Amino acid sequence: MLIFEHSRPGRRNRSQFSTIKAEKQNIPQNLLRKSPMLLPEASEMDVVRHYTRLSQKNFSIDTEFYPLGSCTMKYNPRACNALAMLPQFLARHPLAPEDTGQGFLACMYELQEILKDVTGMAGVSLTPMAGAQGELIGVMMIRAYHEARGDKKRTEIIVPDAAHGTNPATAVMCGYKVVEIATDKEGNVDMAALKAAVGPQTAGLMLTNPSTLGVFEKNVSEMSRIVHDAGGLLYYDGANLNAVLGKVKPGDMGFDVIHINLHKTFSTPHGGGGPGAAPVGVAERLLPYLPVPMVAYEKGVYRWLTEKDVPHTIGRLSAHMGNAGVLLRAYVYVRLLGAKGMNRVSEYATLNANYLMAELSKVGFEIAFPTRRASHEFIVTLKEIKEKTGVTAMNLAKRLLDKGYHAPTTYFPILIPECLLIEPAETESKETLDAFAAAMKEILVEIQEQAEMVKSAPHDMPLRKLDDVKAARELDLTWKP
Amino acid sequence: MPFIPHTEEDVKEMLASIGASSIEELFDEIPPDLKTGALTRVPPGMSEMEISRLMLERAQADGFYLSFIGAGAYEHHIPAAVWQITTRGEFYSSYTPYQAEASQGTLQLLYEYQTMMASLTGMDVSNASLYDGATALAEAALMAVRQHKTSRRILVPRTVHPAYRKVLHAIVRNQDIEVVEIPFCPESGQVLLEHLEPFGQEDFAALVIPQPNFFGVLEQVDAMTDWAHKKHSSVIAVVNPMSLAMLVPPGEWGAQGADIAVGEGQPLGIPLSSGGPYFGFMTCKHDLVRQMPGRIIGRTVDLDNKPGFVLTLQAREQHIRRSKATSNICTNQGLMVTAATIYMSLLGPEGLRQVAAQSHANMLQLTEQLEKLPGVKRVYSGSCFHEVTLTLPGPVNEILQALKEQRILGGLNLQEHYPELNNALLVCATETKTADDLNKYSEMLGKILKKYG
Amino acid sequence: MSIPTQLKYTKSHEWVKSESDGTITVGITQHAQELLGDMVFVELPKIGRTLAQKEECVVVESVKAAADVYSPVAGEVVAVNSELESSPEKINQDPYQAWLFKLKPDNAADLASLLDAQGYEKALESEGH
Repeated sequence: MLIFEHSRPGRRNRSQFSTIKAEKQNIPQNLLRKSPMLLPEASEMDVVRHYTRLSQKNFSIDTEFYPLGSCTMKYNPRACNALAMLPQFLARHPLAPEDTGQGFLACMYELQEILKDVTGMAGVSLTPMAGAQGELIGVMMIRAYHEARGDKKRTEIIVPDAAHGTNPATAVMCGYKVVEIATDKEGNVDMAALKAAVGPQTAGLMLTNPSTLGVFEKNVSEMSRIVHDAGGLLYYDGANLNAVLGKVKPGDMGFDVIHINLHKTFSTPHGGGGPGAAPVGVAERLLPYLPVPMVAYEKGVYRWLTEKDVPHTIGRLSAHMGNAGVLLRAYVYVRLLGAKGMNRVSEYATLNANYLMAELSKVGFEIAFPTRRASHEFIVTLKEIKEKTGVTAMNLAKRLLDKGYHAPTTYFPILIPECLLIEPAETESKETLDAFAAAMKEILVEIQEQAEMVKSAPHDMPLRKLDDVKAARELDLTWKP
Repeated sequence: MPFIPHTEEDVKEMLASIGASSIEELFDEIPPDLKTGALTRVPPGMSEMEISRLMLERAQADGFYLSFIGAGAYEHHIPAAVWQITTRGEFYSSYTPYQAEASQGTLQLLYEYQTMMASLTGMDVSNASLYDGATALAEAALMAVRQHKTSRRILVPRTVHPAYRKVLHAIVRNQDIEVVEIPFCPESGQVLLEHLEPFGQEDFAALVIPQPNFFGVLEQVDAMTDWAHKKHSSVIAVVNPMSLAMLVPPGEWGAQGADIAVGEGQPLGIPLSSGGPYFGFMTCKHDLVRQMPGRIIGRTVDLDNKPGFVLTLQAREQHIRRSKATSNICTNQGLMVTAATIYMSLLGPEGLRQVAAQSHANMLQLTEQLEKLPGVKRVYSGSCFHEVTLTLPGPVNEILQALKEQRILGGLNLQEHYPELNNALLVCATETKTADDLNKYSEMLGKILKKYG
Repeated sequence: MSIPTQLKYTKSHEWVKSESDGTITVGITQHAQELLGDMVFVELPKIGRTLAQKEECVVVESVKAAADVYSPVAGEVVAVNSELESSPEKINQDPYQAWLFKLKPDNAADLASLLDAQGYEKALESEGH
């Protein structure tokens, strides 16, 4: 039932109405709204009940194991939320003077400094509001760098074929041509392909390391040398930073610019698909181009750095300073962890991934890169199972829902057929991983014995498989009374 | 070890299963020269009690002010139920609803949100939100250029929020899109047809129309919309969603209505929170739906013909279309939209109308009181919604500083964004201001201004 | 998979039929249709548009993918199958009947560069399918 179906004409929530009647009004008649608004007229209790019930139809980290590869679905500590929602923080207007927000600005400044250390970068700006925006800003800085040097021949960005779809989409939004390079059998970037692709037209290379194939790019230093020798820059997509947090600093791998997904590595909530936050970090030579505002600390006072302080900045990418509340949550998280805690994040994320990979392999699943260590995630391929039984990765994913587990990422990276990208995250216990492996084993048996049942999963969810062809052909995007 | 459940016994068993002797061995594919690990500038970990104390002290140091600043972010009352439900773990800690059967809660909520936003703006369809109002405008400009196909010019009045114009410029400049700024009438504070005409000689993809504009003034949206349509260009409306409870929605502007409506969703139940997270909304006419960036939810049925919801039109998006996607956008602002949907449901049409009407009435009342002070005048003659531009008889920063000492934030100094505006202040009053608040402001300002009399 | 022998093909999975009036009719092959899955939307070019060889001119969109269709040779668009705009599923039902557009080639000799059924079959094999 939709909220609109709870609506009854004339039902009011008077506690939300002003007790004083608004009398003054001087808007010209031709600008006044005449048409009705399709908003529900429901009681407060009906609304609370409706949305509480809706929430119960979601899988979430707080209720289920959620091994969604490349998304780092780890526990979101409640303290981070509670402390970011202290009433003074919530009430602070973005344009309020700096001296009324020194407490808030102190948190932002310290977060900047901590992220510099973690990434090995010379400067950090917190403004990007999501991973894709962090990427956009990163590539914009690469472009600004080349332009400032009068180097106009650089028209291409190189992207491995295993990269997130946002990488090529971002490069195009920045006016670049995308050159995709292949992956070798071991899951590394094909070095011959890279060498062939690099040239005086190369503006940069975008790389995720560990890659989305769940392995560490061993040749990263060599890649860095090749791209830099040709005058290009290196972009680090921080989507998988959780795997190397406190172990390797992207700056030490030779990267010039990086974005960090706080909603992954720094445990801010995914919120049903946002808000994210993706600070960008840069090496020395890109410092002049960082987006504003940033926070400075001078003579015991925190203040915003704006266009006046950073005259070559690529500019502003949000109306204010980005997703401040998300940044506060990340700040609380890094203070709770401290330096040692951060180190342990990557250690236990890696332990969990390698353990689950070993267990699933023993159960009989085919691992895409069996000779490699898993990073914090790994890939299972159902290519053979599909050929023999017709059961696909998507079928298995849906069957997992029946067993009370959120599905891993399916069909990404695209180059591995029938793949499941599995990332258990460090906050899960051994018992949870064992139970998941047992459920996967059960499904393997079901595939042998009742393939048709698996193909028509899910069976035990409130809804069965949804018809997305109908959804796209007969678009129904808004409710009509 | 914060948030890591492993016992020593667990670790031993897990390593044995893997066949490794230590956790460190699991990192043996990383070249040793790259392992530089040590974090020297990250402080040691704190307990929850310790960090709570620190954050509370910092929050208290910042304190509360009686604020009359608006300029794109507005203080409204938020019903207690909104964030109590929004921060339920099932909303808070779920991800993008790619697995529809395990995400019906988020998906249905987004479908309800799309319905509400389409209706509020008078448009046919809505996406599931973008980052914020400024980026939503930039995405709308890209969309209009894709649709127009021949022109890459966008006309943007100087009455549009200055930060939005900066963001727009930063995003579209990489795609050879030209942003042309349109002047406005210094008397009315509006864009008049005579200001548009000189820019209509050449083709343009879209005209941006803010309502209310940055000065709080209501634009002549019908005339502007019809003018742009006559030139075969799109109209992008930038609107405050709260104002739409009182004002004609963009879908009804002029003869055909605006083509795309965008704006900042923050007034709908999102706390000010130093500028974010907020959410940008985007609605449009049906024939533009495939050009729309971001996530879109559709209603469909399951195998048993029961109604349900899925992400649809996904082929436009980056994870499938890669370099040919409509935008690189991946996330929406799901949690913010959750709050906004609950907010709109709790207020209903009458509640929302009352908030808008009360805000408008408070602005009029405050303006009346302030205009009684010597040297305080309205700058523009055009009608306003809940913000107004005033001139003061002295330097704005100095006066704002004096007000701040009385714990009043008196508004935004406009000089930085409009150098031609001397001593101009942008003041906002929403429904949260009582008669006492308005009196306090006008009395205190009166006292301060004596020195400039 | 049977590949009609009376048609010509491109490596990018378009089929081409030469008409008696010198125009050509273009669609996508059974193989392309299978790869894409259930079609939900087709964006056709404007009549009168001139195309270079291998220029992107049609977008076909399924639930899980979107693909460009390329012009097999240079020429001018003289007709489009607008029926597909409301019934894109016809491409799944019979890809060799559900044509996309008709083209008047600039140079009839260009058609010689297209593959025949046997050549297309080989191209498919080398793609590893």
